[in-house]
Amino acid sequence: MKAYILKRFISMIPVLMIVAIIVFFLIHLIPGDPAAVILGPEATPEEVEKLREELGLNLPLYSQFFYWLIGIFQGDLGDSIYMNKPVLQAFVEHIGPTLSLALLAQAISIIIAIPIGVLAAKKQGTFADHLFMLIAMFGMSLPSFLLGLLLMLVFGVHLQWLPAAGYQPLGAGIWEHLKYMILPAFALGMIQAAVIARMTRSSMLDILSMNYIKAAKAKGLKERVVIYKHAFRNAFIPILTILGETFGSLITGAVVTETVFNLPGIGQLVVNSIVRRDYAVIQGTILIMATTYLVLNLVIDLLYGVVDPRVRLNRK
Amino acid sequence: MEMKPSIQMEQKINYDHFTSIRNQLKKEQRSLFIKRFLSNRSVVIGGSILLVLIVFAIVGPMVSKYTPLEIDPVNRLQGPSAEHWFGTDNFGRDLFSRVAHGAQVSLGVGLSVAFLTAVIGLFVGLYAAYYSILDHIFMRICDALMAFPDILLAVAIMAVLGPRPVNVIIAVTIVKIPVVARIVRSSALVVKEQTYIEAMKTLGASSWRIIWFHTVPNALSPMIVQVTYIFAIAIILEASLSFLGVGIPAPNPSWGNILYDGKTVIYSSWWMTVFPGLFIILAVLGLNIFGDGLRDLLDPKSHKAINKQ
Repeated sequence: MKAYILKRFISMIPVLMIVAIIVFFLIHLIPGDPAAVILGPEATPEEVEKLREELGLNLPLYSQFFYWLIGIFQGDLGDSIYMNKPVLQAFVEHIGPTLSLALLAQAISIIIAIPIGVLAAKKQGTFADHLFMLIAMFGMSLPSFLLGLLLMLVFGVHLQWLPAAGYQPLGAGIWEHLKYMILPAFALGMIQAAVIARMTRSSMLDILSMNYIKAAKAKGLKERVVIYKHAFRNAFIPILTILGETFGSLITGAVVTETVFNLPGIGQLVVNSIVRRDYAVIQGTILIMATTYLVLNLVIDLLYGVVDPRVRLNRK
Repeated sequence: MEMKPSIQMEQKINYDHFTSIRNQLKKEQRSLFIKRFLSNRSVVIGGSILLVLIVFAIVGPMVSKYTPLEIDPVNRLQGPSAEHWFGTDNFGRDLFSRVAHGAQVSLGVGLSVAFLTAVIGLFVGLYAAYYSILDHIFMRICDALMAFPDILLAVAIMAVLGPRPVNVIIAVTIVKIPVVARIVRSSALVVKEQTYIEAMKTLGASSWRIIWFHTVPNALSPMIVQVTYIFAIAIILEASLSFLGVGIPAPNPSWGNILYDGKTVIYSSWWMTVFPGLFIILAVLGLNIFGDGLRDLLDPKSHKAINKQ
């Protein structure tokens, strides 16, 4: 197992390297002189030259990349020109709402999707099954920011049950925080729930047709025991994969959903940075996000071993 | 797979007779396929939704009495009426006309992205499958690209390139190429190991011939299915980018930037959110249903694996 973990870590290095190269070259894709673009049309040539020096744009490309990379290993993602603070600090200040939104949405989606998926598999071919899958299909076609706008329209504007937009940090009290998070989390969680419900259903159907399930039923075990103890544990592995794979889309959705509800998260940070031409922030943010995604996928891969001992044995 | 006559047979059998049989078989096969195509419920429903949207995008702007950019401050934020079918926006522009023109933009971006990802993904996937050096390079790049959250990478590319419709297409295409490349690669890898490819190699066929005449037909079906879904995702991404204010630039309408305008007046004017939203849902739903149907028709194996009935 240790050798396997090590192997997976090593295989991540070239991918991380390419991620870094892509992020680094983004800023060099800017047509013209990045320093002039960043400062805008009113800047004097002296100011532009000063910024070029600061950004290291006068150095050869390979040494620019080298210094940038060394900086990253030291936890230095550069400074935000507009906010006048390190990118990492700006990121940390904005990650709270995004993380809270993503986790709440994930929780909501799991709570809704797994029972529905299991139930649909159990009642395969019935009206309930078709209805659930139809709703799931619809849910998958509904972009989270659009669902967010519609929920805001109904529950925030017309019914006025919940605040339509805004944010209160967790420090202001759990209920205060949740009040502002429920609508965005539902908007984000629904599309996720649709994907997970479909996966749960097909994964359960696969397992339920296996012989050991028939044997368990023949033994006279209760259906509940067969389904939750015997079938679900095995059906959970593909579901776990989907949870990992869809984390990326969850973050994607979170970034846009945040801007719908004016949550001061990563999405707002990135969008504001575009307007301010604060490229260091954009670079740093997507670098952190991509790295997180890769590490998370690794963790989920390793979790297979915990959920399913057979995987652990095969890998030795 | 259609039968190819061996060299010896061609000499013995009347070739004209053979081609006529072959043509007839081909014709029958084609009509059978069309029949199967039309008997698939998902394809018909999804296809009809798409057809309605395409007609709307073409005919909508023609029947509208207003242009999408015509400002009329006196009549701003009017609800739907006989005069303005979908109401007016915060500049008094006719919403029906804007949504219809937006349909052209959104469907155009989606179609372009679908086409470009298909062509580039096909090249990358095929050559990655056949040359192991390219495989290592291409697949690591794909892994890296797929590590970025879609929207953040697209937003970063847009920030660098500037808000223009062409750049939206470029950004979304870059984000989605790896998905197609991987699908093509995996089907090409399967084909590569088949005995008939080995036979072709022994006969001295060039790798160009093997790749384009014998691998592509086998890799095409799963790719087409995937590209249908990418069409849908491209529409969502374009709408998201425009909603964030980095996509299609104002004042030109797209479903996303109408929603962006609509958000500022959501307390008073529901129609600015509901109408463009409805069309996004229709387009994505239509494409997803159509894609599911295509998958059943073209790629029954993956269907069984994904959605056991």
